[in-house]
Amino acid sequence: MTTEISSLKIPKPEVRRGWRASRARRQQVFRLLTHLILLAGGLVFALPLFWQLSTSLKPVTQVYNYPPEWIPQPFTWSNYPESMKIVPFGLFFRNTTVIAFFGILGQVLSCSMAGFAFARLRWWGRDVLFALMLSTMMLPYHVTMIPQFILFRHFGWVNTLLPLIVPRLFAGAFFTFLMRQFFSTIPRDLDDAAKVDGASIFRIYWQIILPMSKPTLATVAIFTFNSVWNEYLPALIYLNTTEKFTVSLGLAAFQARASLGGLRWELMMAATTIVLSPVLIAFVFLQKYFIQGIVITGVKG
Amino acid sequence: MALTSSSLSATRAPRSWKRTLQANAAGWLFVLPWLIGFVALTAGPMIASAFLSFTNWNLISQLDIVGLGNWRQMLRSDPLVLHSLRNSAFFAMLSVPLQTIVSLSLASLLNQPIRGLRFYRTVFFIPSLVSGVALAMLFRWLLSPDLGLINYLLSHLNIAGPAWLVDRKWALPALAFTTLWGVGGMMIIYLAALQGVPTELYEAAEVDGALAWHRFWYITLPMISPAIFFQVVMGIIGALQEFTLSHTMTQGGPLNATLFTVLYLYRVGFQQFRMGYASAVAWLLFFVILALTLLIMRSSRHWVHYEGMAS
Repeated sequence: MTTEISSLKIPKPEVRRGWRASRARRQQVFRLLTHLILLAGGLVFALPLFWQLSTSLKPVTQVYNYPPEWIPQPFTWSNYPESMKIVPFGLFFRNTTVIAFFGILGQVLSCSMAGFAFARLRWWGRDVLFALMLSTMMLPYHVTMIPQFILFRHFGWVNTLLPLIVPRLFAGAFFTFLMRQFFSTIPRDLDDAAKVDGASIFRIYWQIILPMSKPTLATVAIFTFNSVWNEYLPALIYLNTTEKFTVSLGLAAFQARASLGGLRWELMMAATTIVLSPVLIAFVFLQKYFIQGIVITGVKG
Repeated sequence: MALTSSSLSATRAPRSWKRTLQANAAGWLFVLPWLIGFVALTAGPMIASAFLSFTNWNLISQLDIVGLGNWRQMLRSDPLVLHSLRNSAFFAMLSVPLQTIVSLSLASLLNQPIRGLRFYRTVFFIPSLVSGVALAMLFRWLLSPDLGLINYLLSHLNIAGPAWLVDRKWALPALAFTTLWGVGGMMIIYLAALQGVPTELYEAAEVDGALAWHRFWYITLPMISPAIFFQVVMGIIGALQEFTLSHTMTQGGPLNATLFTVLYLYRVGFQQFRMGYASAVAWLLFFVILALTLLIMRSSRHWVHYEGMAS
């Protein structure tokens, strides 16, 4: 539009050209300023992780130097194996992986099934149940925490991984809603065509709907993984011997144990880095799904 | 559609009956994984917890109904309950607005046509992956009064940093600042919302000579207000339930300055095993969360702008 106007006015007035030039200059300055702010902000955001890494590689004598030194001198890689010796992190990784494996499988299957029922099938009571589900979406965990504990204790599940796995075998309201929303966008012609071909409802779910929803399934899987990996309060309530601990609980126990003989921050930062690494590695490979998941759900993981 | 199917069913009633039955069976079968969880892990426990809140059960004792006794105790003779609610509310009031301002500013900066958008976005997002105990460990170290990086950097600005987590006044703000590092997720959400604002609106405003600030205030903010609304509600619900940070960084201290309600609930329920009283505390917190959420929802009609609705 601007080009049309300027081509109409053949001799451009001086003033206007000057205004344009200053406007371009202003935009340049503005962009430069934006970069400067973003770079400064980025530095602030990157600093804690850099400091964690740097501390984790320092020899014990250097950690308490003041003023602090940025670069480990010398690089003390042995902090990592040493921190693994204080508490059995290998075991914690195995426990957490077991929970994550069954938890992800359970959530992806159960949420997609319930989402399928709400989005694609017609049955008596559907709308009532859907409204009920929505109403539980923001329900805080702590309201159901105590009776759940009493129930699981009654089953003899205290100090087993079951209380952290079993609730994930039943569809969570939030992911079910997410699935339902996504399934509603898949054209119905596909189901109808399959039905004409004599496909059963289960086959439509398994061979048409699920394969088309891989990104949403990936989102549910990633979010479940993150929630398992960071879960603290339920683990604290149910697990009470070291060999059953998850990584989060293990890290907290590590803090208690490592601080017995004065805080060994270099070992704590090494342990923290070890615990964080699976999440960071997952992010590197699945960045797209992380970002997509956050955008679709409007929830920050 | 409805007409044709009903006329069909008039002629072929038995078969249609079978089909409805089949469809119903399939629907209920597929929804079962949610329904079982809902009954056994949500609705049932809620009823049980409501009942327990009127008892004095402690896992071993016999269960006595004490009526409103727990409620009277919470509101009258147990100052820690209201104290912990105040702490949680203060934490929410501090952390949620700070997070909103920082994430919205970052998102607005990233919404400019600049190079390196992906790079910046990644740098700001990665910290949000650090949560729970790992976040607590890292910030305990950063906030250490004598050796911590934060006080060292502040000393360059000629600011004598406080003792943070061991200072009664600064412990709670320190926890709120800690959450600020994880605003990357919120930033992504706001960035997506900003990118959804139609550019025609900005072009029209520019023709009218609106300043950048005016464009932000009169176009951007109203257009993304539904996203802000949702984030604020979720943020407050989350902040009122904060547990991990206070349990691992300060153990509720110093002098109960960071004793959040869920931490108190944990102590009453799982260290003293007073399940009845703990259930009452849980319900009180639930009602506070509900009331606050409803309050924000009511206020939303004055500041949340929904496209295509008369405001």
